[in-house]
Amino acid sequence: MTAFKNSLGLRAGLLSLLIFVAIVGLWQIATLPTAGTGPAMDPEYAKLVGAAAATGTKSSMPTPADIGATIWKHVLDPFYVRGSNDKGIGIQLAYSLGRVLLGFGLAALVAVPLGFLIGMSPLVYRALDPFIQILKPVSPLAWMPLALYTIKDSAISSIFVIFICSVWPMLINTAFGVGSVRKEWLNVARTLEVGPFRTAFKVILPAAAPTIMTGMRISVGIAWLVIVAAEMLVGGTGIGYFVWNEWNNLSIANIVTAILLIGLVGLLLDQGLAYLAKLVTYPE
Amino acid sequence: MEHRPLISIEGLARRFGDSSQPAVFEDIWFGVDKGEFCCLIGHSGCGKTTILNVLAGLDQPSEGAVIVDNREIDGPSLDRAVIFQGHALLPWLTVMGNIAFAVSSRWPKWDRTRVQDHSRRFIELVGLKGAENKRPAQLSGGMKQRVGIARALSIQPKMLLMDEPFSALDALTRGMLQDEVLRICADTQQTVFMITHDVDEAILLADKIVLMTNGPGARIAEIVVNTMPKNERHRNDLHKHPQYYAIRNHLVEFLVNRSRAFDQEIAGQNYDPRRLKLVKPGLAAVNPPAEVVALTTGRRQ
Repeated sequence: MTAFKNSLGLRAGLLSLLIFVAIVGLWQIATLPTAGTGPAMDPEYAKLVGAAAATGTKSSMPTPADIGATIWKHVLDPFYVRGSNDKGIGIQLAYSLGRVLLGFGLAALVAVPLGFLIGMSPLVYRALDPFIQILKPVSPLAWMPLALYTIKDSAISSIFVIFICSVWPMLINTAFGVGSVRKEWLNVARTLEVGPFRTAFKVILPAAAPTIMTGMRISVGIAWLVIVAAEMLVGGTGIGYFVWNEWNNLSIANIVTAILLIGLVGLLLDQGLAYLAKLVTYPE
Repeated sequence: MEHRPLISIEGLARRFGDSSQPAVFEDIWFGVDKGEFCCLIGHSGCGKTTILNVLAGLDQPSEGAVIVDNREIDGPSLDRAVIFQGHALLPWLTVMGNIAFAVSSRWPKWDRTRVQDHSRRFIELVGLKGAENKRPAQLSGGMKQRVGIARALSIQPKMLLMDEPFSALDALTRGMLQDEVLRICADTQQTVFMITHDVDEAILLADKIVLMTNGPGARIAEIVVNTMPKNERHRNDLHKHPQYYAIRNHLVEFLVNRSRAFDQEIAGQNYDPRRLKLVKPGLAAVNPPAEVVALTTGRRQ
């Protein structure tokens, strides 16, 4: 008993479980079928949402058990392909993940060197600051029409949107990390007559690495948020398209499944970068 | 040609902002001979650290120059190793990594084993054997400063520049490190320029103590020669040495009173910043002044 009292993790875990049970319970109650027959139904509508829901005896909102069954169905067969509009949720997630990683990777290739330059040179910092300040607050989706018009390819356009939303946090954090490297570390390099390239790679980069990684973590989080919206716009493939397609199918259970999976993948991306950040963090 | 010391500081001045601003220090002239341990002592704010930074090549003087080995310095050099006040170790590198970074900067062509062997020698010299793979965060303040000393010595510089290297340490650790620096410098005949505001540290370590007045417009008042022989200076019985109190009182008197009112002191006197007085207060304590000797001979007659 004392072990239980002393372990915060155990108690928190139990509380989480209680909250989960409460939510599922409330959900179950809210979706219980109601007795009695409702008003006469438009047969078209009845066909669309199912007879039970149309007559009002069953809510069109799925019960937790329905969701569970749907998730299980997707888990058993995540990679099926039955036509261009009916692909497994695993394939859709893979499309989204691929776009995010590609856009994010390209953004890192641009943002880290450019951030280095901004952090090192007060002149470049001053010169680029107005552009960054104006472009940074723009919603990445606002770029979409411009991207579609200039690139003329919806898949590349969504990658561009990911690129543009990932670039800012990495750029700003890299510049900040590079600009705030402790002067005494730079002085060590100077007194040892270390050349500029060796100083950049052996002193500035490791010193700024934790800050750069924080920027990357923010970026990948934003990119994962934006990809869903971007894919809803461009359509075709991806988890965002999947959600919108299931909305058109009025398959709430599939939408809820997708929401949970989006959350799970986002968590994994964040934890992955947190792990990388831990590798380059140094205690002072 | 006149004798020139290894380091010659010639007419140094530093002002922050434009030339209408008063100088932090001005007209600074002194030298440090090869193999000499020279301490600069003065209150905080008089520009001690700035002088050291100029010597290190990290800062530019507003006027004057520093001549090392008959050449004016124009930037940092591996010949002048700096031991920083806050140790300035790179926290993402181990003890070995920090020293190897310096060693491979000094000898870029050396292979890894040679760099590590050389580094290990200096880690052992400062008594850190066994701590090679620790990171600075895992070390105590004294151990970190030892790494700083090992790093500076490992590049085998012509001179060591130390900026209050022991001021952040507790008294016990400070004493141990002072002994070690004394030993290492005696063994290696190292030329050292050190900044301190600790009078006892200066007497223990220095052959020559340069006294700096208060800023703004700080100047070198005089140079005290430590006449206590090196082999008679031991931390534990320093206070028993016949010369100790004479030197100590002279330094304390300077720091407490004269450093503030030096302008009045030299008013009407011919103070020449290029030809500073060399004072030896320690000798006055052991050799009675000439007048006293004359008086006793007079009584005997």
